[in-house]
Amino acid sequence: MRSTPKGSPHRRPGRLLKVIGAVFASVVAILLVVAPASQATSPSPTPSPSITTFQNNISGFLRDDARAPIPDVTITARSGDFEGTAKSAANGSWSIGVPVQGTYEIELDESTLPEGIKLADGQENPRSVTFSQTSNLSVIFAFGEGIVVQQQDFGQNLLNRLVAGLSFGLLLALASVGLSLIFGTTGLTNFAHGEMVTLGAVLVFAFNAIGLPFWLALILSLLGGGLFGYFQDAGLWKPLRRRGTGLVPMMIVSIGLALAVRYVIQFYFGGATQQLPYAQSAEIQLGPVSISPNNLWSLIISAIVIALIGIILLKTRLGKATRAVADNPALAAASGIDVDSVIRIVWVTGGMLASLGGILWAYYRPGVTFDMGSQILLLIFAGVTLGGLGTVFGALIGSIIVGIFVELTTVFGLAADLKYVGALFIMIVVLLFRPQGILGRRERVG
Amino acid sequence: MDFGFIFSSAASELFSPTTAAYALAALGLAVHFGYSGLLNFGQAGFMAVGAYGFAISTLTFGVPFFVGLVIAVICSAIFAMLLGIPTLRLRADYLAIVTIAAAEIVRYIVTTNQLTAVTGSANGLAAFEGGFYAMNPFPAGSYMGMNNRDFFIRIVGWGLVIICCTLVWLLMRSPWGRVLKGIREDENAVRSLGKNVYAYKMQALIIGGVLGALAGMIFTLPRGAVQPANYGTELTFFLYTCLLLGGLGTVLGPVIGAMIFWVVLSLTQGILYGLIESGAVTWLNTVQAGQLRYILVGVALMLLMIFRPQGVFGNKKELAFA
Amino acid sequence: MSTHSEEPRPSGEIDYMTDTRPIAAGDTAPGCKKRDPIVVAENVTRSFGGINAVDVEYLEIPRHKITALIGPNGAGKTTLFNLLTGFDMPNSGKWEFEGNSLAGVSPYKVARMGMVRTFQLTKVMGKLTVMENMRLGGSEQPGERLSKALFKGLWGGREKEITAQANVLLEKFKLDAKKDDYAASLSGGQRKLLEMARSLMVRPKLVMLDEPMAGVNPALTQSLLDHIKNLKAEGMTVLFVEHDMNMVRHIADWVVVMAEGKIVAEGPPGEVMKNPAVIDAYLGAHHDVDLGDAEGIKELAAELVADEESIVGTENAGIIAIDVVASESDEARHKRKDSE
Repeated sequence: MRSTPKGSPHRRPGRLLKVIGAVFASVVAILLVVAPASQATSPSPTPSPSITTFQNNISGFLRDDARAPIPDVTITARSGDFEGTAKSAANGSWSIGVPVQGTYEIELDESTLPEGIKLADGQENPRSVTFSQTSNLSVIFAFGEGIVVQQQDFGQNLLNRLVAGLSFGLLLALASVGLSLIFGTTGLTNFAHGEMVTLGAVLVFAFNAIGLPFWLALILSLLGGGLFGYFQDAGLWKPLRRRGTGLVPMMIVSIGLALAVRYVIQFYFGGATQQLPYAQSAEIQLGPVSISPNNLWSLIISAIVIALIGIILLKTRLGKATRAVADNPALAAASGIDVDSVIRIVWVTGGMLASLGGILWAYYRPGVTFDMGSQILLLIFAGVTLGGLGTVFGALIGSIIVGIFVELTTVFGLAADLKYVGALFIMIVVLLFRPQGILGRRERVG
Repeated sequence: MDFGFIFSSAASELFSPTTAAYALAALGLAVHFGYSGLLNFGQAGFMAVGAYGFAISTLTFGVPFFVGLVIAVICSAIFAMLLGIPTLRLRADYLAIVTIAAAEIVRYIVTTNQLTAVTGSANGLAAFEGGFYAMNPFPAGSYMGMNNRDFFIRIVGWGLVIICCTLVWLLMRSPWGRVLKGIREDENAVRSLGKNVYAYKMQALIIGGVLGALAGMIFTLPRGAVQPANYGTELTFFLYTCLLLGGLGTVLGPVIGAMIFWVVLSLTQGILYGLIESGAVTWLNTVQAGQLRYILVGVALMLLMIFRPQGVFGNKKELAFA
Repeated sequence: MSTHSEEPRPSGEIDYMTDTRPIAAGDTAPGCKKRDPIVVAENVTRSFGGINAVDVEYLEIPRHKITALIGPNGAGKTTLFNLLTGFDMPNSGKWEFEGNSLAGVSPYKVARMGMVRTFQLTKVMGKLTVMENMRLGGSEQPGERLSKALFKGLWGGREKEITAQANVLLEKFKLDAKKDDYAASLSGGQRKLLEMARSLMVRPKLVMLDEPMAGVNPALTQSLLDHIKNLKAEGMTVLFVEHDMNMVRHIADWVVVMAEGKIVAEGPPGEVMKNPAVIDAYLGAHHDVDLGDAEGIKELAAELVADEESIVGTENAGIIAIDVVASESDEARHKRKDSE
């Protein structure tokens, strides 16, 4: 209960204020560079299938039970004062641009259907649809006598979702491993980690939009993520640690940082959904699994990166030092480990991992928005908590479970707009029965 | 720039029903975090439970106003218990994560299309406030520049704030409040003195949650609509900003904090818009000016926590945490 | 165990300070039966990751006596404290307080039964005043119930009573001048006093003090010892954890020695300190001393010699390389004096 000496030489609020200012200035500066460019570009750098001026689309294909396209059918979307209409094209495709994501009532004008073609039994018309995280929403109308919407074969679907879930889980793991390392070494539950995720995707978009090649944009984005981690620790967290600030106040500071950074990003990036290059790709068949190439790349990249992190933690001096600091900072310091520099490296690594996770998340959703990181922040927390707070391999396993669970719940009948609920609910239930998490023990694992 | 208008609209925020709602919800957080040390990051969830509990019972079940109110309060108490049972025995950061997750679960559930008939999904619910305004004792007319509806909701909202502040003050000066303050500092010491810490924490969680539910109702009544988008995690963080502005361990702190929060937001908006319209500022558009305010909230939250955690008027010696 | 209460309990008139009846029911040995036990523990074990922190076969704590629980660091004293008071769950075993089983009883109920503890790292509420800290200890306060808290009329009376009780205690512990100060402003020793005084607000039958003397300046130590003795005079039973043998021999009626989780010896202080098992336990604890080389033994001897009443100093217990100690002890004494 001994209070820390108040008059310690570390307590220099003025200096702290300066460094916080410097962090903001650097964030703002980075974003300032890219802001005019991002505003100048068209809504989406890739050719968009729709010619509407809106960012968000509701679209679909109309095909009869013989898979032949049905042209010239009128479809209307309504929400509040907004009403948009489209006619299906010769290939049966239709698309309605809408101003904001939200819930719309979609009505297919049955009088415009060709003769002999009817909506299948049980097809709701009009029906209410809601955007879920992405800028495009597809609506399927099935036609024909007694046809029920033919689901994919269950086993096939299960397998596909499983692979997609693994891909999602691994990209979550990129972020949660960083979060877990930071928690392990500093005790901080960092609510600004979601913004570190967002930054990665936003930077790729920005660098690409000012004309840099894609690969360079990727590298610069990862460096940017690392720099953000570096400046966060150097300018904010290290001074706070030296002041002896408690963990709960630090947690609230991280919330303030999250809000500030999120809206700084929105300030420059805007509220719209943008697409990264190569965001749209047809699914490919890989043995029994159909997967989009982006998801496949995401899976491979995150698996390799996580394996590398694991090897570094287990085999290298740096990794051992990190685990020692996570285990007991005072003891680690006493045995000659430079705790501050280990923590700095952890922040930089965490920032880069979060950036990479953000880029992959932008392809997974798909789309870049200013709040994309905060959307998955709780899933990242869920992964970390499920695995056991502060355990790196726990965070990995927890994230994979969360990812797979999120994807699988839709297979087992949970509505798509409730899929995150399942993961969060499972987290609460696990805490009820195994508060230390799946891998959590008294001794930390890595 | 019309400073008269800017200041009068800022001043009108002082006693707006929204400010009253924020004050009530922040008072609930003061009971949780300020007095008991419970890190509730899901106050928005409690507000949503209150607002939806009231709206759904009114619209779906057609109950009278006061029955709806009681249902909302009971729902929030049950919500508090559900959250408390798994987490009150665990470390503080677990409660934080579970409450924020539970608040998001509530928001997802009221947003889902599966329950559109009951919750109205993303569009929310409307037209449930009739029972409330039917009780308006003030005949139509102008009351201090407001119509009778606006006046009535302000009277009720701020009346509720005064009643709840008094109740919380009475509780906190009692031995019951003393036990809570003890728990905030060291729950094992309190246990060693023969107090059932778990029961006290649960009671505090419920009381703060019920205050949140009442706040949710006051928030939604003047709008005549409840929409899930209003109950995101950011709402909780704004409430923490209010709480920290006014001071954690005081009864009036959250109220003053909510007033400062809204007046400052209104002032910055008014001045920024004024500057943009007059052409003095060209590097901003009005949308960005709106976003700039949220950046300010975030920065204010950080700076408060770092440099003045006791709040603008708080006493550092009574600060809940070192 | 109930057989022990056959003997008539000393009534209120008995002066506990001068009661010289034997404490043990039979022979003095580790785990022996007491004439009048207040706490009985049987086969209590607790392990952390494969290491047995506590493995107590049988232990009785005598009523109306001051019992010291001693042992080297890591002997499991505090863990045993935690287990007995419900703050930690044992892997196995049963234990009872005044005949009531305490297995699985939560700590607050244990405290209500009259078994109140303090902590090694003093736990006072720094942001509450000294008086509020004391009032927090008061038991059976109607105002602590939510249903009555709103109405001062319902709890004001009891509040006055406990305030009076607190004033008496604060005066006794010489904290009355500080009663309106925040507890955070107290010195380490004063916090220890406050914590002890607060635990007395519960009106306990058994007071368990975890290292009451740790970090207390020498000037306060004596008054703390007096307070502990006074507890006995007022009819309470005291169990306390301590490192320092000197303190123990001054006030304890009975000493229980733990090492590596087990009870290795118990008995009156004079006897216990001559017990080879105890000396072993303590020497074993000097892990910074290498008993294998002469240098280390010299160091140890210097340490022990410096303590006039130390267990080894009073009797040549021939358990270590006594010749080395004997031949070097004079030199060590000189060294010690030089350094002073």
